[in-house]
Amino acid sequence: MFKFFLIKLAQLVPTFIGVTIVAFAFIRLLPGDPILLMAGERGISAERYAQLESQMGFDRSLVVQYLDFLKGLLHGDLGNSLVTHAPVMDEFMSRFPATLELSLFALAFAVIIGLPAGVLAAVKRGKTLDHTIMGVSLTGYSMPIFWWGLLLIMLFSSTLGWTPVSGRISYMYFIEPVTGFMTIDSLIAGDWGAFLSALHYLILPSIVLGTIPLAVIARQTRSSMLEVLGEDYVRTARAKGLSNFRVIMVHTLRNALISVVTVIGLQVGLLLAGAILTETIFSWPGIGKWMIDAISRRDYPSVQGGLVLIAFIVMIVNLLVDLAYGVINPRIRH
Amino acid sequence: MSTISTPAAPGSFRYQLASFWSDFSASRGALVGLIFIVFILLVALFAPWVAPHDPAMQDRSALLVPPVWHAGGSWNYILGTDAVGRDILSRLIFGARYSLSISAMVVVISMGVGIFLGLLAGYFRGWIETVITRVMDVVLAFPSLLLALGLVAILSPGLTSAMIAIALVQLPYFVRLTRAAVIGEKNREYVIASRLSGAGHLRLMFNTLLPNCMAPLIVQATLSFSTAILDIAALGFLGMGVQPPTPEWGAMLANAREFMGSAYWAVTFPGLIILLTVLMINLMGDGLRDALDPKMKRS
Repeated sequence: MFKFFLIKLAQLVPTFIGVTIVAFAFIRLLPGDPILLMAGERGISAERYAQLESQMGFDRSLVVQYLDFLKGLLHGDLGNSLVTHAPVMDEFMSRFPATLELSLFALAFAVIIGLPAGVLAAVKRGKTLDHTIMGVSLTGYSMPIFWWGLLLIMLFSSTLGWTPVSGRISYMYFIEPVTGFMTIDSLIAGDWGAFLSALHYLILPSIVLGTIPLAVIARQTRSSMLEVLGEDYVRTARAKGLSNFRVIMVHTLRNALISVVTVIGLQVGLLLAGAILTETIFSWPGIGKWMIDAISRRDYPSVQGGLVLIAFIVMIVNLLVDLAYGVINPRIRH
Repeated sequence: MSTISTPAAPGSFRYQLASFWSDFSASRGALVGLIFIVFILLVALFAPWVAPHDPAMQDRSALLVPPVWHAGGSWNYILGTDAVGRDILSRLIFGARYSLSISAMVVVISMGVGIFLGLLAGYFRGWIETVITRVMDVVLAFPSLLLALGLVAILSPGLTSAMIAIALVQLPYFVRLTRAAVIGEKNREYVIASRLSGAGHLRLMFNTLLPNCMAPLIVQATLSFSTAILDIAALGFLGMGVQPPTPEWGAMLANAREFMGSAYWAVTFPGLIILLTVLMINLMGDGLRDALDPKMKRS
């Protein structure tokens, strides 16, 4: 198992180098001179320009610059934001928990509803319930989530007044960040009101972000359930006289879950892409909104650093999914 | 049913087409999808004649007029008007032109380039394959929308750059599918026979292998088409796609956002048309997959 892990990890190295090259090239391909952009509309003197150029290393060869970039990366140094002048790494890390919390709640929502829906559809195959569930999940799969978010805000926030429109927690609470997870931090502080408020703020964004993963999970669960239901060992289980419930839950679902878990893991890239839109709609202070702001403000070091870190996270999660697949599927244990 | 794979009419295109059609039309959803797509294509094509108004015309006397079924609505503006008095229905009709044509271009570009790279990778293997698959892995390591946003920022926001960015993001799926199909077909007897009779690389790749790898690619093309519509709208919504005042669906949504509380129609209809179009294409895609992929048939 450990060897399998090492091989998988080694395979990631070229991809990761590719990612760093893309991110490095990104800042050089952008239209305009980064130093002039930094100087803004005031302009800049020739001496100051030369000074900044050598300070930022733009006067050296691209290869040297790239190696410097890599060296900084390995030390966790991604340069400073052009807007706030704070290290990009700190900016990213202070916002990442917000996105992670939202993504985990969205994923939980997707799994809690999508999995039973998929099982139900498979068991009732060809019946009205199956058609309904599959119709709804195809609709969810086709959903422009930025519109879906606006619709839910119009209904639940503006018209009914049930849920807040934006942010992570009511302004009445101030919670000292420990983990960066609003729900956990409020529990650490022992403040139930704040905890409930944080949950309240999470509901709509989680539903919006979880919609497409929910549809994917429901579809995948149904199709792998149907596949497993045709297997010999399921027929054997039925022939043994086991109850229908036991056959479905133990013999079928457990085996069908193998491919479902993989699909759930692969939703992470989708979640991060969806987070960009969801966070923009709900003004959620996470990395999605931060990246959009960085792109529109032309804060190139932030964009570059954000690209590398996000790609890195996606790759690591995909690796973990690969490993989990090896662990839970006895047929391909290495 | 069992006659489908009999050697009675191998190579008879009409026979294959008929068999495809009988499988495809067996699914009601796929037919509904196809009819809707044809309808919206026609509307987009004849937009200047179908649309009741000029999509850019601003009627200052009719700002945020509600749809016809509301008190205060009028038949003049069936789906109401937006904040500067433009007819929403006409803008949606003209918007279909942008969404559909950009998405079609995205599919053509990424499918064309993807097939070429996939053929190279699967046919020649070796270092060519390694380089191509590694580069595609890098593309896949970024969340698609984020990479598209970054590319648009490089190329400066607009129609062409949105198209190129989304095509690039879609590319890996075509490359992977083509490569896998080519590897599967490459050592089949008909390919070997063709090679022994003296066919060159190009002929083997494009005339012998490619037609036999098309089924999964066609299914992927419909999937790509619907994803492209969503991504174009998302970029437009974020202000990085087609620029206003072009009546693009996503940009319309972004403009209407601030009137969410007072004019729900300006937000509802553009999103609804995006959802319907994407849903119908996906329905058609499901039908295509069932008809073209024998392994998935009747599952």
